[in-house]
Amino acid sequence: MDQQTRADFFQYLLRLGDDRLVLGHRLSEWCGHAPILEEDIALANIALDLIGQANLILQLAGQVEEAGRDQDALAYLREATDYRNALLVELPNGDFGVTIVREFLFSAHATLLLEQLQRSANAELAGIAAKAYKESRYHTRHSGEWVIRLGDGTEESHVRIQRALDELWRYTGELFESDALEQRLVATGTAVDSSTLRGAWSAQVREVAEAATLTVPPDAVWQRGGRQGRHTEHLGRMLAEMQIVARSFPGAKW
Amino acid sequence: MTSQVTTVEPGVPADSQWPLWEVFTQEQQGAPHEHAGSVHAVDAEHALQNARDVYGRRREAISIWVVPTEVITASTPEDVGPFFDPANDKAYRHPQFYKVPRGVRVF
Repeated sequence: MDQQTRADFFQYLLRLGDDRLVLGHRLSEWCGHAPILEEDIALANIALDLIGQANLILQLAGQVEEAGRDQDALAYLREATDYRNALLVELPNGDFGVTIVREFLFSAHATLLLEQLQRSANAELAGIAAKAYKESRYHTRHSGEWVIRLGDGTEESHVRIQRALDELWRYTGELFESDALEQRLVATGTAVDSSTLRGAWSAQVREVAEAATLTVPPDAVWQRGGRQGRHTEHLGRMLAEMQIVARSFPGAKW
Repeated sequence: MTSQVTTVEPGVPADSQWPLWEVFTQEQQGAPHEHAGSVHAVDAEHALQNARDVYGRRREAISIWVVPTEVITASTPEDVGPFFDPANDKAYRHPQFYKVPRGVRVF
C-alpha cells in the first residue's frame, strides 16, 4: 500500500467506524429509558452491534495508519474535529420517533453499503462487512417496522414520526456524497461509490413511508461537513461524556 | 380524590402494557420448541422481534414461535387433584410395570 492509498484508506475507515461508534453511543443513551423493557433491550442490542462494528473497523484503521493507535485510542482520544462521521448520527436522540426514524434512514443506507463492501478488494474490510451486513439487515427491519407502526398509528404518533422525518431529511444527503478520496479507493475496488446507493435507498424509504402514510420531504439544501470534521455542537458534548473515563484514567484496564 | 376502577377484559392487559405473547425457542434442528418466557408486543411481527431481542440474542435459538398468551388454555391449581393424582396409583400406566420376557431381553 503506497502512502496516498494508506492515508485514503485510513480516512475511509474512520468514516465507516465513526458513523457506527457515534450512533452506537447515541442509542446506548436510551438504556434504561426506552418506552418498554423489550424495546430497551432491543435498542441496547443494536447499540452493541454498532459499537462492535466500530471496534473492528477502528482496529483495522489503526493497523492501516501504522502510527501505534489502536481502536481505543481512536475512539477515546480523538477530538470532535478529527471525527469523520456524518452529521445525521451525532444529532441528539430527540423523542423515540426521531431515534427510530434516524435508525431506519441510517440502517437502510448501511445495509446497501455493507452488501457491496462484502466484495471489497480489502479482505479484512470485506470480512467485517459480511458480519455487519447481517446485523444491519435486522436493524433496518426493526426500525422500519416501527416507522410503519407509528406512522400509521395514532394521530399523535403519526405527527411525531412525520416531524422526525422532516427534521432529519436534510441530514441524509451527506450519506451519498462521494469525494476524490473515495473515488480513488473505488478505482482499486476497495470502497463503494456512495452516490450509487441513492436510488435503491430512496426506493426503500419511499416504500416504507407509503406503508406508514408518511410524506417524504422534498430534497432541499443538505447539511454536510461531518466527513471533513466540521460537526454540530452536539458531537463535542457527546464525546465529552463518552471519553471522560478513558481520558481521566489513561491506560486503565478493566 | 376519585380512583378509577380498572376492568380486565379479555385481550386487554391489566398492567396497561401491550398484549402479552408467550415465546418458544428451538435450540437446534430437530429439538422441540421450548417455552422461554414472554414479551409484550402490539402485533405478531413485533412480538417476534422482541422475542428475538430478549431470548435469542445470544445464539440460544435457531427458530422462534410466538403465541398470544390469551389463546392458551391452562389447567388451574384446583385441577391438580382430579387431573394428576389418580395417576399415582395406576402403576400399569408406566412401562416399568411390565415384565420383559427373557426372549425379548436377549433380542
